Amino acid sequence: MRMLAILLRLAWRNLWRNHRRTIIMLSAIGVGVWAMIFMTALTRGMVDQMISDSIKVLPGHVQMHHPDFLDDPSVANRIPYPDAVLADMFDTAGITAWASRVRVPAVISSERESRGITLLGVDPSAEQDASFFNYAEVDGRFLENASDKGIVIGHKLAAKLETEIGKRVVIMSQDPHNEIADRGFRVVGLYTAETSGVEEAFAYVGKSTAQSMLGIGDATTEAFFFGKDYRDVEALFTTVSAATDESVIVQAWYDIDTYLGTMLGMMDGFVLVWVIVIFLALSFGLVNTLVMAVFERVREIGLMLALGMKPASILGQIVIESMLLLILGLMLGNALAWMTIIPLQGGIDISIVAEGMEMMGASSVLYPKLNVGDMVLASGVVLVLGFLASLSPAWRASRYEPVEAITKV
Amino acid sequence: MSAVRCVDLCKTYRQGDQDIKALDHVSIEISEGGFVCLSAPSGGGKTTLLNAIGGLDIPDSGEVYIDGKRIDNLSKGELAELRLKKIGFVFQAYNLIPVLSAQENVEFVMQVQGVPANERADKSNAILAEVGLQGMEGRRPSEMSGGQQQRVAVARAIASRPALVLADEPTANLDSKTSDELMDLFTELNEHHNTTFVIATHDQRVMRYAKRLVRMLDGRIVDDIDQRAA
Repeated sequence: MRMLAILLRLAWRNLWRNHRRTIIMLSAIGVGVWAMIFMTALTRGMVDQMISDSIKVLPGHVQMHHPDFLDDPSVANRIPYPDAVLADMFDTAGITAWASRVRVPAVISSERESRGITLLGVDPSAEQDASFFNYAEVDGRFLENASDKGIVIGHKLAAKLETEIGKRVVIMSQDPHNEIADRGFRVVGLYTAETSGVEEAFAYVGKSTAQSMLGIGDATTEAFFFGKDYRDVEALFTTVSAATDESVIVQAWYDIDTYLGTMLGMMDGFVLVWVIVIFLALSFGLVNTLVMAVFERVREIGLMLALGMKPASILGQIVIESMLLLILGLMLGNALAWMTIIPLQGGIDISIVAEGMEMMGASSVLYPKLNVGDMVLASGVVLVLGFLASLSPAWRASRYEPVEAITKV
Repeated sequence: MSAVRCVDLCKTYRQGDQDIKALDHVSIEISEGGFVCLSAPSGGGKTTLLNAIGGLDIPDSGEVYIDGKRIDNLSKGELAELRLKKIGFVFQAYNLIPVLSAQENVEFVMQVQGVPANERADKSNAILAEVGLQGMEGRRPSEMSGGQQQRVAVARAIASRPALVLADEPTANLDSKTSDELMDLFTELNEHHNTTFVIATHDQRVMRYAKRLVRMLDGRIVDDIDQRAA
């Protein structure tokens, strides 16, 4: 401890010996750390939003289907339990945030156009919070209950079909016996989604109405479940799996949409690579500063060795000096990141590149996400790599021969 | 037991194309409580001998013993430990750590030794007063003259009461009055605390204080005079 106190004092004072150089280096580290965290927050916000939006479209963190449904999403592959049985199963398991729906491929036709869509038969009261759009913001109205006879489609689909609120459309699908099941619906509402692709894909009708049209009684094709965080669904997955049997298949969102699941892993990898790349650029400045500091103090280091300070203590002094510089730079960078990201968390309008963002499945408003984990990661990487980078000049300093160092001109 | 014993030391430096013999088969024994001045013209080998005794420089051949223990074959860490615990150094130039105040410089060795803060402060205050630097405890080296810096270095060398003090031109930057005061202090430490002094110097006045005067020339001891007998 006593040596640490001496080394800390020497390192701190040496740091401010050439304060101009220290301030320049601190600025470089601060800006570098800020860039690490800021860029990560932007990317994290974008990916987070893409995943969250996509999970709402899926929907759910965990889904349950007939084992063949994902390969052949027809009513023939429906869940073999009626809703009442499902409710009993999940209530017993303590699962509350769930809903079931009818989800089948269908064709929607107006008097002018036809389009292939996914027909969703929903109970509005059961899945209002899970929807990717706000029911209250629907033009016209959303479905009032599971028996509602109207249909809600996206603005984009309405435009393609050249239809509008109040007009009738026909939905055509197949019943369990592979016969045509069709029905006319009046368009009662138009919803807006983050991406036009989604607006074209889904049409909402009442669950009971869909079941009646398809002739499947009170059966459904999909049940979904929500946890607290899409990153942490293992517990929910296990609970749902335990509550069901082999007649259904339970999957987490990242297994259903593997592209999304891969993206999450890629995002974490990207953050680490990005942080390391920036640090590598910074490390040249850091090593240069330390080498200069050591070179300028050769005689002083020789003196301390001559007076009885051990080489390990000299090494420690240079490493501590580097760590102090990095810690100050990290504090500066983290503070800068916090100050710049917090005011932008309401969203950054990037509608100028909206088309490109939509191709990636992202919206035209970017919500930077300040993640404490990312700040810790950036700080950890900087400290660990900074420690390693400082070892070379520190080792050099500790290897000086006292008598040669003292007489160095 | 002798405080210092050197046996047949040789040290050669390469300077350009020439080999310079800094020590040429030097043997010397200094008893505990000795007060020895090494005198030589520049390049005579006195600083090299001082460095060899202090474990700062390893001779090409020969043996160095401090308190009966051979030191020329010790590791860097062991030599550092030896210097820390047994030897006080005063170097010819560049003696102080620039980022520490006078008092902190004086306390530096004691702090590395692990002397408690109160004891360090008492000792450093007393020794700074003895070398005439009372009131300058908080000054950094850059705020002091060359002579004042040298006195701080002397204070540091003797503050921890080492058994052996090696001083290379300790009065080089001092006026005659301060030189005399410093040598009186060395003499007192030598006589009352039995501290062994080995001083390399050109200064005739310093030589007068020595009990023993060793003259060197071209890396060899050419004269060894017991001044008490004289």
